[in-house]
Amino acid sequence: MSDNAPKVASLADLFAVAYRIEADAVERYDLLADQMETHNNPELVAVFRDLARAEGIHRDEIRRLAGDIDLARLAQEIATWGPGESPEEADLGEAHYLMTPWHALQLALAGEERALAFFTSIVETAKNPAVKKMAEEFVEEESEHVNLVHRLLRKYPAPVRSWCSDQDPPIAQD
Amino acid sequence: MSTAEAPLACKPADYKSDIKPIWCPGCGDYHVLMSFTRAFAQLGLPTEDIVIVSGIGCSSRIPAYTNCYGFHGVHGRSLALAAGLKVTRPELTVVVASGDGDGYSIGGNHFLHACRRNIDMTYVVMDNRIYGMTKGQPSPTTEPEFDTALSPGGTGLRPFHPLVIALASGANFIARCFSGEPNETASVLVEAIRHPGFSFVEILSPCVTFRPDEKEWKNLVHLAPVAATNDPAKAARRIMTDDGFNIGILYRGDRRPYQPSIGQSAGIDLSQLEKDFEL
Repeated sequence: MSDNAPKVASLADLFAVAYRIEADAVERYDLLADQMETHNNPELVAVFRDLARAEGIHRDEIRRLAGDIDLARLAQEIATWGPGESPEEADLGEAHYLMTPWHALQLALAGEERALAFFTSIVETAKNPAVKKMAEEFVEEESEHVNLVHRLLRKYPAPVRSWCSDQDPPIAQD
Repeated sequence: MSTAEAPLACKPADYKSDIKPIWCPGCGDYHVLMSFTRAFAQLGLPTEDIVIVSGIGCSSRIPAYTNCYGFHGVHGRSLALAAGLKVTRPELTVVVASGDGDGYSIGGNHFLHACRRNIDMTYVVMDNRIYGMTKGQPSPTTEPEFDTALSPGGTGLRPFHPLVIALASGANFIARCFSGEPNETASVLVEAIRHPGFSFVEILSPCVTFRPDEKEWKNLVHLAPVAATNDPAKAARRIMTDDGFNIGILYRGDRRPYQPSIGQSAGIDLSQLEKDFEL
């Protein structure tokens, strides 16, 4: 596990961290969708909203699994990353107003792979058997997400090199 | 810090307004906004106790995107506004947002004297080394060789070194951050707001539209290898000789903040004063 990751000692910690990862992803994809809305890229708005919706389903599933644990509060207390961001937060610096679904899915793929690596590291280092077992389930789920993004990418080939050329660039801010 | 920490857990979302930012996708300022809201949540500050004052430029849009009080002021004059606000309402947490053009060129003189006065507020400059809003003119921190249609062959001018200027002018807390590290930046902002006196936080915030080369910054920044010092001489040596991508708190001074007595506490009857100025 990398030094910037939160420490997971109990099942409650694991749920809180997993919840935070998914909640952060929802927030990040919604932010990217908002950016694309502002910059009139409706195709990408739909892609990012779909990604946010999918992550929201995962977040809610983790909340269901956690039962009575106050995940939001616990996540705020223990699930912090730094330096760096939480694994499924797409890199905002890679956004572009002319980006294509392929770019969005590349961001998603990178996020899912980071999450997979994170939960794998928990499986490898967990001393608590209950944490290890649940982390294995998360690994399985994240592996499926990685495969899903790969399947989606088959529908969206890499764009041509000139994808970001704009004869009338919207450089005026107002 | 001027306001007591609240026991209730605050969420960064509590500090965001419903207005969607119109920065370019990929702009570092999105991350800076995130760092602001995360820092305020960590501090547990009530929104009504925070005022964000700004000048003009892309970065100066930030007050509108928060739920705190805001003042989108005059170009380069945000520090003057903020100073007046803080000395009259010392119980407020005053954060000033600016960019390298607004803060170091048009507002350069205010910057010097705000450092010198050491009023308890936090000055955040989002430095992208370009005037982004006005389509890419060189700013005081632009590299001399930066070649554009607006500066053919580059300006040839030595860039302004804001951290050295801040130290020499008396700022009581100096840090450098990178927008792409929003959690680290939030932690530094928490420290900056808590530290008494004038805190200066320079955030390297790439402009993806006019400086796409700045996307490389994420591979150049690195955490400061040693802890902050309170010795100005050591800090000066460190800031003067580092590579410009050293991230973290670089100086924590112990100068007493300037807070003049005003109004009745200074023996002045404000209503009488108002009468004196009546036309």
